[in-house]
Amino acid sequence: MATQAFTSWGRVFRPDQQVLGMPSRHASLPLPADDAATVLPHGNGRSYGDSNLNPGGALVLGRQLDRFIAFDQATGLITCEAGVLLSEILRLIVPQGWFLPVTPGTQFVTVGGAIANDVHGKNHHLVGSFGNHVTQLELLRSDGSRRVCSPTQDADWFAATVGGLGLTGMITWAQIQLRRIANPYLQTESIRFRSLEEFFELSQASEADYEYTVSWIDCAFAGKRLGRGLFNRANHAPAVMNPALAAKLPSAIDESSRRVPFTPPLSLINTLSLKAFNLAYFNRQQGDRVQALQHYRPFFYPLDALLEWNRIYGPKGFYQYQCVVPPEQALPVTRQLLQTIVDSGMGSFLAVLKQFGTPPSRGMLSFPMPGTTLALDFPNQGERLHRLFAQLDGIVQAAGGRLYPAKDGRMGAQIFKSGHPQWSAFSQFVDPRFSSGFWRRVMEST
Amino acid sequence: MKKILIVGATSAMAEACARLWAQQGDHLFLAARNAQQLQSLAADLQTRGATKVGTRVFDANQHDQHAALLAEATQTLGGLDTVLIAHGTLTDQDHAQHDVPYALAEIGTNGLSVVALLTLVANQLEQQGRGAIAVISSVAGDRGRQSNYVYGSAKAMVSAFTSGLRQRLAKKGVHVVTVKPGFVDTPMTAHLPKGPLWAKPEQVAKDISQAIDKGRRIVYTPGFWQLIMLIIKTIPEFVFIKLKL
Repeated sequence: MATQAFTSWGRVFRPDQQVLGMPSRHASLPLPADDAATVLPHGNGRSYGDSNLNPGGALVLGRQLDRFIAFDQATGLITCEAGVLLSEILRLIVPQGWFLPVTPGTQFVTVGGAIANDVHGKNHHLVGSFGNHVTQLELLRSDGSRRVCSPTQDADWFAATVGGLGLTGMITWAQIQLRRIANPYLQTESIRFRSLEEFFELSQASEADYEYTVSWIDCAFAGKRLGRGLFNRANHAPAVMNPALAAKLPSAIDESSRRVPFTPPLSLINTLSLKAFNLAYFNRQQGDRVQALQHYRPFFYPLDALLEWNRIYGPKGFYQYQCVVPPEQALPVTRQLLQTIVDSGMGSFLAVLKQFGTPPSRGMLSFPMPGTTLALDFPNQGERLHRLFAQLDGIVQAAGGRLYPAKDGRMGAQIFKSGHPQWSAFSQFVDPRFSSGFWRRVMEST
Repeated sequence: MKKILIVGATSAMAEACARLWAQQGDHLFLAARNAQQLQSLAADLQTRGATKVGTRVFDANQHDQHAALLAEATQTLGGLDTVLIAHGTLTDQDHAQHDVPYALAEIGTNGLSVVALLTLVANQLEQQGRGAIAVISSVAGDRGRQSNYVYGSAKAMVSAFTSGLRQRLAKKGVHVVTVKPGFVDTPMTAHLPKGPLWAKPEQVAKDISQAIDKGRRIVYTPGFWQLIMLIIKTIPEFVFIKLKL
């Protein structure tokens, strides 16, 4: 059987795998001819590390299951196959006055991927993660069995599959409860903050009144500037908009996007460009507080406007490090993480900080939990970077935090197991024919 | 709003075309062999905005069913503006070289059934004096090659037939498009490594729908295949027989 080299969003790994197609959701699950070989559903390839790769095994292209099944415009219940992209759902539902209940920072992920990673968005503090809005899904196992699961029906299978990294079987279709909107716009506010204390105060003050909150944080500079950044908060615009803001709306929505045309021989992200970018970004707005009316696309998906932006990190690719730490020690721990990064001299181009809320995640392996999450991108600098990651792991683990498997290509078994204490219960639900590069790594005995 | 009949509607290229038309709010009538697939396709297109969707389980090799399909589609749609003929099978060349009934059956599905169906469609549209017919042929029909000449000869029949039909119907207000796709990335070809010559069904569908709207006659999709096939067609036979193509 022919194999193909497949990579993930971080472009660090490029293993050979068999690639299997699935022509219909009613079809049987395609399996590799070799009985010992494993399989893994692969959606749109937006997970960063090796949780969507299966080196030496096979991938099933989940993207091929991309039919809608039903959409009730009165109730906002949408049912579709698991390979439908969030962008396709938005194109259908926004004109009808509906929006995704939760959306990650890119619209180019499949519904199956959004469930398997229990993705979160800027509104986690109020509504939880993606899995909290999934009303049903169908799970197809390698033994040919099919199970429709929900929070009340086969609830254990549902809990294993939400956030289950595609390991419990193939999600063939799912049903999602959408939320109402009056129009495609958001009323946004961007506030400059100069310290982590200020960030936590702003978060606290915004939680109740703003559906969406997220911050960009500067991690290129040490000393007094450590922990400064921009706090963004927003709500969907009401039917009757603030006329002062509405006047500034562009008459047409720009749907165009650019593409990074090729992979540069070296990463374009280095110490120099990093400092320049962080400085410019922090100072991009004139006042300390800027209000605007924004279309949902630039607000939720600023990076989707630059297709294949992951190429800017050059041929060696990049890693993302995303952790969450519990609320009790969030401030000192976040400061310690930032200080460690600045000290390493390997600042992150895009650092994102967000307070998760209390809505409990439904998945056994779900990443979101109450606390503060920090996400950072690093160009792949080999050993040096892995030493930094080991230091960060130590801080996260001591604080009782966890790392996000969807972003990960390197965490060890120890931090995985301590961060996801339900891993052992979860492993009972893993399909015997399913596996991934990630799963084999974190299951290694230490 | 157009009234469109799609034969072989569950093929990847036809489905991609159907989605474009559904988004425009067209009326669609879908014909294909697999009832379950037809049903899920119909639900998808309805969700995407098709204002009416009819279906019929249909095997193109049963020529006596062609008239009934055409009648039902016309009645359900309330008329007929466009017909897309997209059914077909991927012929296993090696198998066809050793199995005469198989080779003839493949020619039947990919060639003869298209000829039979087109004859009825052409007469109906000719009579109403307007409409468009798009037929999926293939670059494989441009020159027989050792790797797929059984499939290629069936498609050559389709290309020649539609060429003549186009000439005949042009005077009657009916437009005929011959579509010649190259390699298309479909669920059937998932296991094959893809090079730069491979196109997505969505790209092909855009080309087909534009060709119908703009009255193009022969469409290579993606367009670079026109150049590739021009070169392949110009290679002298004494050189061609030495090539591996």
